[in-house]
Amino acid sequence: MPAVTVRDLTRRFGPFLAVDHVSFDVEQGEIFGFLGSNGAGKSTTIRMLCGLLKPSSGTATVGGIDVGRDPEGVKRRIGYMSQRFSLYELLTVEENITFFGGLYGLDDRTLAERRAFALDMAGLKGRERTLTRDLAGGWRQRLALGCAILHEPRILFLDEPTGGVDPVSRRQFWLLINRLSESGVTVFVTTHYLDEAEHCHRLALMHSGRIAALGTVSELKNVFAKRAVVEVRTASPMEAVRALDDLPSVEKTSLFGTALHVWLRPGQRATEPLRERLDGLGIHAESLEFVQPSLEDVFMDVVERAGGTAA
Amino acid sequence: MRKALAVGRKEFWQIVRDRRTLLILLFVPAFFLMLYGYALNFDIRHVRLAVMDREHNADSRDLLASFVNSTYFDIVATPTSMAEIERMMNTGEIRAALVIPEGMSRDLRTGHTAYVQVLINGDNANTATTVYGYAQAIVRGVSAQLQLQLVGGRGFAPPIMMEPRIWYNPELQSTLFLVPGLIGFIVMISSVVSTSLSIVREKERGTWEQVRMAPISTVSYVVGKTIPYFFISLVSAFLIIGAAMLLFELPVRGSWLLLLFGASIFIIGALGTGLLVSTLVDSQALAFLISLLISLLPTFILSGFIFPIASMPAPIRVITYGVPARYFLVILRGIVLKGLGFGMIADQFLALGVYSVVVLGLASVRLAKERG
Ligand SMILES: Nc1ncnc2c1ncn2[C@@H]1O[C@H](COP(=O)(O)OP(=O)(O)OP(=O)(O)O)[C@@H](O)[C@H]1O
Ligand SMILES: [Mg+2]
Repeated sequence: MPAVTVRDLTRRFGPFLAVDHVSFDVEQGEIFGFLGSNGAGKSTTIRMLCGLLKPSSGTATVGGIDVGRDPEGVKRRIGYMSQRFSLYELLTVEENITFFGGLYGLDDRTLAERRAFALDMAGLKGRERTLTRDLAGGWRQRLALGCAILHEPRILFLDEPTGGVDPVSRRQFWLLINRLSESGVTVFVTTHYLDEAEHCHRLALMHSGRIAALGTVSELKNVFAKRAVVEVRTASPMEAVRALDDLPSVEKTSLFGTALHVWLRPGQRATEPLRERLDGLGIHAESLEFVQPSLEDVFMDVVERAGGTAA
Repeated sequence: MRKALAVGRKEFWQIVRDRRTLLILLFVPAFFLMLYGYALNFDIRHVRLAVMDREHNADSRDLLASFVNSTYFDIVATPTSMAEIERMMNTGEIRAALVIPEGMSRDLRTGHTAYVQVLINGDNANTATTVYGYAQAIVRGVSAQLQLQLVGGRGFAPPIMMEPRIWYNPELQSTLFLVPGLIGFIVMISSVVSTSLSIVREKERGTWEQVRMAPISTVSYVVGKTIPYFFISLVSAFLIIGAAMLLFELPVRGSWLLLLFGASIFIIGALGTGLLVSTLVDSQALAFLISLLISLLPTFILSGFIFPIASMPAPIRVITYGVPARYFLVILRGIVLKGLGFGMIADQFLALGVYSVVVLGLASVRLAKERG
């Protein structure tokens, strides 16, 4: 049985559709990533799954429990880390742990055990008396994770857990998530960072309240495997975009920093017409080569087809 | 309950570490104490006066007419014994009483000085001083006139003199009047503002959402959160009373237990008010503003703390019925200054109780809604 089952889940705020008939399953022990730009509806979905927000329509079961019917039952069984930093800054590391343990009604022995576990996991042994306010971002985040799993939930919801944290800390955080997943915990995680998506077993790309694409990282990339993407490096990318956009063999172009990704129409594999057009207009291209579409290509494509712009 | 205690412990540590909150709790009252020191002289009219006229003749009626015509006094009762006057003074039915002794006219006309008694409720030193001044001026005026009329028959001794009696607070120490008001004020600050801010702050920071995820009922959470504020408010209330006893010789004439009871109900009502505010708004700035508007200002202005309710215009007086401090002040002054027992002020306790129940009821309805 899947850990999370979602069918036609919908949430309106007034006339605005924040989440629009979303359906998917998350398997036990899976790391399921929710990727999307600002305002895509990721947090709204997570909050409905956690029983914090009532769905306007549709159903969701979490750990076999219908969230709409028994939100309290769901809350007991899951761990949740909200998008915003969720610890008390004026409490020490240890006091935060004790407080959240108390909220979940842990008895003294279990609490002592879990406290040791959380301290160890966050790498905060010996700093129990430090005020949380004085911790650096990475430690705070790991402590927040530790506090969210004191009651050993089997399903964990993390809403942008690595927002505003340096890359090294982000990597450490993902190591922890991997470890949790290996021990059988289902992890549902949202993120802005495309590079983090590679850590997920499966991904849902969300845009404007809808799931625009869903699959494993390689599945998502494979959708475009038969399509040729040419990366053009040039000193004048804007001119190049204009020059190449209306070539018959080109489906579309997109800017990628200093480089340009040119999507050829299905069946097209020749780079010569591109080279000719650029040379004809006196635009110098340093290189022109085929590349594997990245997740970012996929994401941009999905967003464009959904008729919007990615943030 | 274990969970509520965990919440209470956490809240306590937060309060202790949050210097700003502690400063507010400690210094704002001092600030208002100073402000009060500069308080103006208030123009008081229509002071409720009881008259016990034992003379019943033209002279005594002239004196009474002068009191009435001044517009400073309204004659609201004509008791026939001192005991009755005392009862009326206790319940606040009257603020002053005029006693005209038998034999006044005879004294006047035989060259003696007649003494009329003016009894004033001194618990509000400001009002009492003003009332005292008015009465003195009226009596002197009448006396001067009589002196002219009777000039032939007597020497220079004034025909009538006023014999003032200030009850409850004979030296008219304004501190004695101020302290009960200040206690109500401090309790209101520490309860309403801190409670509403502490919950709204959690909403702003995001911890509220994290806590809502935990399997703890909103009621337990809120109870846990308010426990420390309850005790802090209670402690600070009794600290002020203690300090006032040491420094200003504030008497506590009534029962300490009754005092504790009254303070507790008042604090519960104030905590409920803070809770209600926190369920209505999402930002600390707004919470502070609303708390200020619905608690601090009314407590300062509309409770009888400084401005006597009786001298307010009728529509404003109606509003004061919704200000819990109004009842609390009567209870405090009653117990501390007058040594009244429960029976004399039961209605005030009842009003406070009703206020607390209504506010807490509204707050829990709002909280339950928010959860959905
Ligand atoms: N309580 C609310 N009332 C009204 N609109 C809301 C509410 N919560 C969210 N929204 C709107 O719903 C949309 C989706 O918001 P949501 O927070 O789910 O996005 P998100 O994908 O988590 O974005 P981000 O990456 O910025 O966290 C946004 O346009 C937001 O403005
Ligand atoms: Mg979000």
